[in-house]
Amino acid sequence: MRAVLGRAVPPVVIGLIVLSLWETLVRVKQVAVYILPGPLLIVTTLVKDWGTLYPSLLVTLAITGAALLVATVAGVLIAILFTQSRWVERSLFPYAVILQVTPIVAIAPLIIIWVKNIPVALLICAWIVAFFPIVSNTTLGLNSADHNLLNLFQLYGASRRQVFWHLRLPSAMPYFLGGLRISGGLALIGAVVAEFVAGTGGTQSGLAYRVLESGYTMQIPRMFAALFMITCTGIVIFLALNGLSHLVLRKWHESAVAREG
Amino acid sequence: MTAPLARHAGVLARLSNVDKVYANGTVALRGLDLEIGEGEFLSLLGPSGCGKSTVLRLVAGLGDVSAGRIEWSGANGRAGLPRGDIGFVFQEPTLMPWATVWKNVLLPLKLRGVPAEEADGRVREAVGLVGLGGFEHAYPRELSGGMKMRVSIARALVTHPRLLLMDEPFAALDEITRFKLDNDLLELWAKQRWTVVFVTHSVYESVYLSTRIAVMTARPGRTASEVAIKAPAPRDDAFRTSPLYNEYCREVSARLAAASAT
Repeated sequence: MRAVLGRAVPPVVIGLIVLSLWETLVRVKQVAVYILPGPLLIVTTLVKDWGTLYPSLLVTLAITGAALLVATVAGVLIAILFTQSRWVERSLFPYAVILQVTPIVAIAPLIIIWVKNIPVALLICAWIVAFFPIVSNTTLGLNSADHNLLNLFQLYGASRRQVFWHLRLPSAMPYFLGGLRISGGLALIGAVVAEFVAGTGGTQSGLAYRVLESGYTMQIPRMFAALFMITCTGIVIFLALNGLSHLVLRKWHESAVAREG
Repeated sequence: MTAPLARHAGVLARLSNVDKVYANGTVALRGLDLEIGEGEFLSLLGPSGCGKSTVLRLVAGLGDVSAGRIEWSGANGRAGLPRGDIGFVFQEPTLMPWATVWKNVLLPLKLRGVPAEEADGRVREAVGLVGLGGFEHAYPRELSGGMKMRVSIARALVTHPRLLLMDEPFAALDEITRFKLDNDLLELWAKQRWTVVFVTHSVYESVYLSTRIAVMTARPGRTASEVAIKAPAPRDDAFRTSPLYNEYCREVSARLAAASAT
């Protein structure tokens, strides 16, 4: 617990200093609210507009979570498919790369045109961004089982299924979790970008739309408040996936084991 | 290539004129002849990189010979590779880092579908034999190098193999641990009489352990000469200091030097 506090204190101190400077600067220089609101104003706006912002947070969270879930399931299944046959991997992997390198901002309008249901369209966009790290990392992990252990399994007459369950899958776990941590952040980015492109209002609008809307109506403090919530969401996702990774690997993997002495 | 062996009293396997060329062009073995006798403790002794490990892997069926043949005298007259009867101890412990000692030792039984009740007894026995009782629930990263190697040996013994292949298993251990493991291994062998093929680059270790030593040439490897070690069992620390032991060490060293020079 003390170690956690020790690690948390320095960044918190830096944060507080920067926020104080920001607040002071805004007050001393009398910066207009529509250019740069101070942190205190942003916080009061956040509280005041909670009724609008909170439902939007839930919308963004739902899309991000669903996209990450689908990306995980699909990513792992595709990775397993890749490792079953070199030919499948060679045939399909380039397309996974193409999907990854094409900027989501460029294809999001198309997806939104093709898919009438906006939440589904957003989910597809977020999924496209999120699934690649899981596919590539899990594929790498499944292929990096210890060579001598593979020999050992062969020696004891293990079936393909046994090699997969007892050797390849556990070997891939640290790689998969590494991919998942990247994908968590990407799913949020994908969802936010897609919301920007879709730009629809109404009850189903997420935090990105609140940012846009606040910009149009010059409610800059609310824009910052929404932005702040997006950032916090990203941090929470990162911490949650980090925690999951630690929980799964703490018994055996070097990344999660405290160094002795 | 694997072929039936005309039944020959006491021979478990025979390697005739075996070549092994790896895909990268390395010639590991050239014209190797070797007999593995039923119940013997055979050491393969040779300089580093002479293909000792390659012989073990070929015998284990991990890879095919490039030329020549390996013939087996199967149990009850049935010829073929007794894969189910082979235990293998690698140079490295080669444990699953995500599994406890217990689960690592259990692995061969689990892969073969041995019923849990029988498997439990065998794992307990094997863990006890290598002196790791009490460490069943430790993870490999919590163990010393010597203890990891003991786990690896327990895993090889848990199937009650007829043939135990050991690839410089104790090379990385300190001397005290190695002597202890040598003695434990001999004691187990005296009791259970599996056949052992033991790869080592230590003259002293091979003389201490073996009933026969095959001295190999430098790469490409083949058998240069063989020495039968006719020393009484049980061997113990008294044997290590006996004149007979020294004499054998001198002879084997000379043969090794001669083989390495060719």
